[in-house]
Amino acid sequence: MARDTAAEPFPFLLREIASGLAQGLFSPKEITAHYRERIDRYDGDLGCFLHVAEVSGDTDTSECAPLHGAPIALKDLLVTSDMPTTCASRILEGYRPPYDATAVKRLREAGACFLGKLNMDEFAMGSSNENSAFHPCRNPWDRDRVPGGSSGGSAAAVAARLVPASLGSDTGGSIRQPASFCGVTGLKPTYGRVSRYGLVAFASSLDQIGPLTIDAADAAFLLEILAGHDPLDSTSASVPVPRFTETLDGEINGTRVGIPKEYFSEGLEEDVRERVEEALRLLEGEGADLVEVSLPHTRYAVPVYYIVAPAEASSNLARFDGVRYGLRKEEETMMESFFSTRGAGFGPEVKRRILLGTYALSSGYYDAYYKTALKVRTLIQRDFLEAFRSVDVIATPTSPTPAFRAGERLDDPIKMYLSDVFTISVNLAGLPAISIPCGFVKRGKALEERKNGDAEEEAMQGGADLPVGLQLIGKPFDEAGILRVADAYQRRTDYHLRVPEAFS
Amino acid sequence: MKTMEAVIGLEVHVQLATRTKIFCSCPNRFGDEPNTNICPTCLGLPGALPVLNRRAVQLAIKAALALEGEIAETMKFDRKNYFYPDLPKGYQISQFDRPLSSGGGITLSNGRRVGLKRIHLEEDAGKLLHTAESLDESRFTRVDLNRAGTPLIEIVTNPDIRTPEEAYEFLKTLKLTLEYCEVSDCNMEEGSLRCDANVSVRPEGSSELGVKIEIKNLNSFKAVQSALRFEIERQKRELRAGRTLVQETRLWDADRKMTRSMRGKEGSEDYRYFPDPDLVSFTVSREVIEEIEREIPELPRLRAARFVEEYGIPETDAGILTSTRALGDFFEEAVRSYPENPKGIANWITAELLREVPAEEMGKREVSPRHLATLVRLIDSRTITGKIAKKIFPEVVREGKDPEKLIEERGLKPISDSAAIEAFCREVIDANPGPVEEYRAGKTATFGWLVGQVMKASKGKADPRSVNEILRRLL
Repeated sequence: MARDTAAEPFPFLLREIASGLAQGLFSPKEITAHYRERIDRYDGDLGCFLHVAEVSGDTDTSECAPLHGAPIALKDLLVTSDMPTTCASRILEGYRPPYDATAVKRLREAGACFLGKLNMDEFAMGSSNENSAFHPCRNPWDRDRVPGGSSGGSAAAVAARLVPASLGSDTGGSIRQPASFCGVTGLKPTYGRVSRYGLVAFASSLDQIGPLTIDAADAAFLLEILAGHDPLDSTSASVPVPRFTETLDGEINGTRVGIPKEYFSEGLEEDVRERVEEALRLLEGEGADLVEVSLPHTRYAVPVYYIVAPAEASSNLARFDGVRYGLRKEEETMMESFFSTRGAGFGPEVKRRILLGTYALSSGYYDAYYKTALKVRTLIQRDFLEAFRSVDVIATPTSPTPAFRAGERLDDPIKMYLSDVFTISVNLAGLPAISIPCGFVKRGKALEERKNGDAEEEAMQGGADLPVGLQLIGKPFDEAGILRVADAYQRRTDYHLRVPEAFS
Repeated sequence: MKTMEAVIGLEVHVQLATRTKIFCSCPNRFGDEPNTNICPTCLGLPGALPVLNRRAVQLAIKAALALEGEIAETMKFDRKNYFYPDLPKGYQISQFDRPLSSGGGITLSNGRRVGLKRIHLEEDAGKLLHTAESLDESRFTRVDLNRAGTPLIEIVTNPDIRTPEEAYEFLKTLKLTLEYCEVSDCNMEEGSLRCDANVSVRPEGSSELGVKIEIKNLNSFKAVQSALRFEIERQKRELRAGRTLVQETRLWDADRKMTRSMRGKEGSEDYRYFPDPDLVSFTVSREVIEEIEREIPELPRLRAARFVEEYGIPETDAGILTSTRALGDFFEEAVRSYPENPKGIANWITAELLREVPAEEMGKREVSPRHLATLVRLIDSRTITGKIAKKIFPEVVREGKDPEKLIEERGLKPISDSAAIEAFCREVIDANPGPVEEYRAGKTATFGWLVGQVMKASKGKADPRSVNEILRRLL
C-alpha cells in the first residue's frame, strides 16, 4: 500500500528541493545523483525515459533562481539543443535539434537541471503511451496497465518519483489523462499562455505545454517560469502573468464550482463517479457552492477533435520527408523516397491520423468536415463562456475510467479516443484545466490471473489501487482560479502524496 | 475559317525588398553562399514557428495600392500543402480565399485595361540545383534554402490580354511601377520577378474560353513575348488541323525558341488549403493603409506628363527620364539647382549622360545632378563651349568632379578677350588666302569652315559667338 514519502533524505516537492538547494542544504550534484540512482534502479522496468541525460550536476546552477539546479525531465516532444528529440518516432531517431524550445530555455535560465527526455505516444498521438515507437511505458500503480498518454512518461516518472516534476504537452488531454491515471497533478494552461516555440507540433491550434507535478503548488511554481509572451510564437498571448504561487491561500469559501451534468453520464464508471462526487462534497464542505451547469455541445467534442487535430497534424507532419533531417530511405526518385521514408518512419496511429486529416481537408470534403468542425468548435467554446457567467471553475472527472490494461484498447481506436472524452472539449475551447488525484479505485490484477478466477470477486479483494483524477476547468487565463481550488483541496487531502509501494 | 484571337492571363511573382525574410529574421539577400541565411524557421525544423514580418505586409499593400487594388479588411494566411524538396515544411504559407488585395489593373498605351484578379502575399521556396535537367533525371540534386521564406507577392491578371505585345507592355509597366514604389528591385536574372503565362485561343468575338495552356520558364519579358507568339501560332495550327488541345503546362525553351510539354506533372493537385493555425489573422486599419498610400511616389506615367507640362520638354525625353525612378529624380534635382534651362538639362541627360551611365545604374553611381546642371549653366553663360563641355563630361561623370574646378585646373576657360580672338582670326585669314577669296567672292559656306579653323587654333577655347562677330568684321 502507498505511503507518505516525507521521510526521504531529500524533500520530494520541487519548490522544497529548490529552496533546499538555495539554502545549500544539499548540492545540485547530490540531488541529481539521487534521482539518477532512482532512474537507474526503476526505469528499466517502467520505461519512462527515452533518453537519460549525461548530467553530473557539476555545473553550478545553484545561483540560477528560482530552481537553483533542481532536476526536471521533459516530454520528448520539446526540442533540446543538448539532448536528442525523437517524439517517440522512428522518423526522428537520433535527431539532435540545434536549438532549445522557449519553455526549455526559460527553465534552463531558471536553473533547471534536465534529467532526460520522457516517453510518449508517437508525435503525441495516443492515450496510453503504447504508440511509442521505442518501448511502452508502464503505470507505476500497476505495471500491467498503461500510464495514459500521450505524456505517459511525464506522468509515470513523477508518480514513481523518478523526477520531482516534468513537462508534458496537452492537445486533447495528454497531460491531464495520464496525470489522472498515474495519480499526479497535471496542468494544461490556457492556449497561448506558454510559448509553443520548439514544441514539435501535433495540432497547432490545440497544443499547450504544461507541468506535471506532485501538487498544485509546484504546478503554480513552474507555470510562473513557463508563462508569458514569446515573440517567436505569434499565438502566445500578451497577457500579464500573475504570481500564481502567491494566490494559493487555501480559501475556497464562496467559490462557485460548476458541475456539468453531461460529464457525469454514461461511460463514466461508477466508482470513479463516487470518488469525484466525494471530492465535490469536500469542496462544498469547505464553503464552495456547487452549481449545476450545462455544456450541451460537449457530445460533439470528440468528433470535432478528430477532424481538427488530424487535419492540422497531416500538414504539420509533412515536413518529415527525409530531405533535411531524420530518417531517409533512398529510392529511385525523390517522390518514391518521400513515400518510403514516411512509410517506414511513422507508426500506424500516426499514419491513421495523417490519412484522416488529409481526407478531411481534401477538396470536396473541406466544407463538410473541416469547416463544419470549426463551427461546432465555436459552439463548444460558447457553452463554456456561457457557463462561466455563473461559476468560477468547472469540475468534472478527468477520465471516465482509471488506467486500463496494456493492449486492451489497441485494436479499438474509438474506445481509445473515448478515454479523452472529458478533456478534449477543454482544448477545443482553449481553456486552462488541471487534473488532481482525488482518491483510488480497485481493479483486478493482471489478465493472466483473471483467467483463473472470478474477475468481479477478485476486483473486490486484492487487486490494484488505481488513482482517480478530478478535473478543474478555468476561465481563459484564470489558471490562478483552478490552482487555488486544487491547492485548497490538496491541503485537505493526501492522495497526491501517495507513492506506489514498489517505488517508495 | 473565322480569325482566331488569343486570350492571355499572367501570373507574376515578385520578391519584396525587405531586409529580412517573411517569417523569420534571416537576411533576405541574393547571391550568398548556399544555406547560410537559414534558421530553424525557414529550414522547417520540428517545433519552429513563423512570425510575420510587418514590413512585408506594408510593401505588399503598397504594391497593391500602386496597382489600384482594393486592400482586404482582414489579413489571413493559409497553408498550401504539397511535397517538394525545395519546400521545407511540406506546405507553403500563402493566402487562399482572402487575398491581400482584389481588383486594380494597368491601362495600356492602346487604351485597353488589363484588370487584376488578385494580389496575395506568400513565402518563396528554396532553390534546387539539379545535376541534370530535372529532379528525376538528376543523379542528385542540391537544395539551397537561402531563398526559402523570401517574401513574395503573386499578382494574377484577368484574362484581358490579347496579344504578346500587350503582355510585354503590361509587364514593362508593372515592373516600372513596382520599382518606383521601391517594393522590389524586379531583377529577372536574380529571380526577384518571375512570370508564368496562361494562353488559349478562340474564334474572335467569342465569349467562351479555349483550352488553357500554362507556360513556365519565362526568364525575360522578351521570352514572354516570344513564347506567347510561338504558343498562339501552335495552338491555332493545332486547331486548324482539327486536333484538340489538352490543358497542360509547357516549358519555354529559349534556345530552340519553342514551348514543349512538361513531362510527369501529376494531374490536378489538391493543395488542401486551410487557415494556418500558427498565424493569427489581423486587420489593417484605414489609417495604416492611408499612411502607406502616402509613401507611394508619383508614378511614371503621371510624372512624364508633368515633366512635359512643367518643364516643356518633349514627350520622348519625358518618357526616357521617367524610365527609372532614379533617373527622374536626377533630372528634377538638376533642374532644382539650375531652373533656367530644363530642356538643356533633359538633353544632356538623354544624349550624353545615358551614354556614360545606363538608366538601370542611375542611383547606384555617384553622379551629381548638381554637376550636370553646372555644366549646362556654364554653356548657357558661354563660360565654356559645348565642345569643351563634352570633352570634360566623362570625367565629371566618372570621377564626380565639379566642372567649374575642372575647367580652372585644366586652363579650359574660354578666351573671350577680343584682342586675343582677333589675333587668332588674323592668323587664320593670313594662312588661308584661297578660302578667304572664295568667301569674299560670295561663297558664304566657307565662312563656317573659317570659324572652325579659328576654333581649332584656339584649341576650342575661343567663344564661338565672338569668333563669328570678329571674323565677319575682319573679312
